[in-house]
Amino acid sequence: MTTSAHMTTGAVAAPARARTATAVATVRRKQGFQHGGWFVAPFLALFVLFVIWPLLRGVYLSFTDANISGDAANFVGLDNYREALHDSAMWDALGHSAYFTLLVVPCITVLAFLLAMLAHHIERGKWLWRLCFFVPFLLPSTVAANMFQWLFTQGIGLINETFGLDTPWLTDKSYAMLAIVIETLWWTVGFSFLLYLAALQGIPDHLYEAAKLDGANAWHRMVHITLPMLRNITGLVIALQILASLQLFDQAVVMMDFGPGPEVSTRSFVQYTLEQGFTSYRVGYASAMSIIFFVIIAVVALARMWLLRNREESGR
Amino acid sequence: MTTAVQVRKSTRKPWTPSQIILTLLGVAVSAVFVAPIAAALFTSLKSEAEAAEIPPHWLPKVWTAQAWKALWETGNITNWFINSLVVSVCVTSVVLTVSALAGYGFARTEFRGKGVLMGIVMSGLMISPAVLGVPLFTTVQQMGMVDTYWGMILPQCAPAAMVYILYKFFQGVPRELEEAAFIDGAGRWRVFFTIVVPLARPSLAAVGIFTFIASWNNFLWPYMVTNNPDLMTMPNGIATVMNSYGIQWAQLMAGGLMAGLPLIIVFVFFQRQIVAGVAHTGLAGQ
Repeated sequence: MTTSAHMTTGAVAAPARARTATAVATVRRKQGFQHGGWFVAPFLALFVLFVIWPLLRGVYLSFTDANISGDAANFVGLDNYREALHDSAMWDALGHSAYFTLLVVPCITVLAFLLAMLAHHIERGKWLWRLCFFVPFLLPSTVAANMFQWLFTQGIGLINETFGLDTPWLTDKSYAMLAIVIETLWWTVGFSFLLYLAALQGIPDHLYEAAKLDGANAWHRMVHITLPMLRNITGLVIALQILASLQLFDQAVVMMDFGPGPEVSTRSFVQYTLEQGFTSYRVGYASAMSIIFFVIIAVVALARMWLLRNREESGR
Repeated sequence: MTTAVQVRKSTRKPWTPSQIILTLLGVAVSAVFVAPIAAALFTSLKSEAEAAEIPPHWLPKVWTAQAWKALWETGNITNWFINSLVVSVCVTSVVLTVSALAGYGFARTEFRGKGVLMGIVMSGLMISPAVLGVPLFTTVQQMGMVDTYWGMILPQCAPAAMVYILYKFFQGVPRELEEAAFIDGAGRWRVFFTIVVPLARPSLAAVGIFTFIASWNNFLWPYMVTNNPDLMTMPNGIATVMNSYGIQWAQLMAGGLMAGLPLIIVFVFFQRQIVAGVAHTGLAGQ
């Protein structure tokens, strides 16, 4: 937020160009003042109705014992939050989402980088590699999850058949989350792969040529040119993946038939919140959990901004 | 630029040993990525009995389009397909319109409270139906929009990320272009529609493509807000209705492919634009 405010003032304070006549500047300021708000108004209307209002409503509901039917609710103070902190099922759900994130984020980052290096360095048929690595991302989450649910099913599943295994992927506590992680890698790595590929193509050739002249071998060129040049994009990939992975829901519920998984081992935080709201009809309690989740997501996002700012400052 | 380079490379480069190894590796990895989709396609061409056979096999022994036919005849899926299309097209049009206007407004016009509003909109980057599901649902319920197109469409129409991407783009448009038009007496709106929008076409395409993919594939929100099977979108209908009474794998795979194929076909034809679009929307977040 601070960065965007900073940029806005920067753009406004940019030194007026010599060519700009004062009259033009006056016209612009007047026009802008008249119409500026109208440009933003349609978006703001939707934003207030469907983002800000639900957020405020969520804060309000979290202090009540509201149920799904919208009947008059009683104010219960911090009871919902107190209950949440002592709700072991909530902590388990949060743990599952965190565990999933911990497994997925490093794997996806490394895999996306390797795939991008591969696609970047093969000189023929670039469109084909791009298509193959990216195509799973174009499938709806539920379709990808259904495919893997079927591939992982013991007996009729092709994964066990192909690799000569008999692993109870979906019905055993120790494999269920792993199956979801594998599905997620296959389904979403294409997006990060494209980001890396674009970044690789953006590294100027003359850097490599200069290094070659200095006698650097391929390994040195990768460690001293490619990896440092990809630092920003790696930060972005990791941040986007953490935020997306914490919000795990679609794959997990579809692969586990909308249940909590074997011995409640895959129920994610989002799933538990929705169960509280829509199955147990405890809208107040579910809202409190939503607010807790919002705070967690905000902390992650702010931590990233803070890291970026620090790096920018130390870079100067 | 890239095409010229690629054409030259692909005609002149010899098959060096390292290229042969890399290409073989590429083929192997691609096979792993395509295999699940191929398996789904083959299974959709089996009979239901064969699809549930133990042990399973990759290719159908008897090829039959019976699963696809059954899918068409039950009727629901065509409904879902149309619903998906209506929702995605509406969401994409509304998002393009409001976020282009807002991005330009924030980047180039002055009004009271702009800085504060910009900050609030940026905080919206952290909010999604996954985070605020239950309060968002009760809000939409209060508006009487549960089980309606409006209820599915409108909450998807306020993506702060898209405003931010276009805001960054509009900041980069040279002011001289607009100023020349102002001198000629054009107003803000005319400048916006005749000069700025045409310049922004690549960015708008990126935002539009990304929004369409996200909306076509969206599951969580339509799942929360619709119970009526006639109103469901493809991902939602397949996940809830087709999964609910004894899964028929051949039909399920056929349905899944029907949901996935439109985007895959579009991707094959507009690959360059889509790749640029995804890279662009992603990179703008840097």
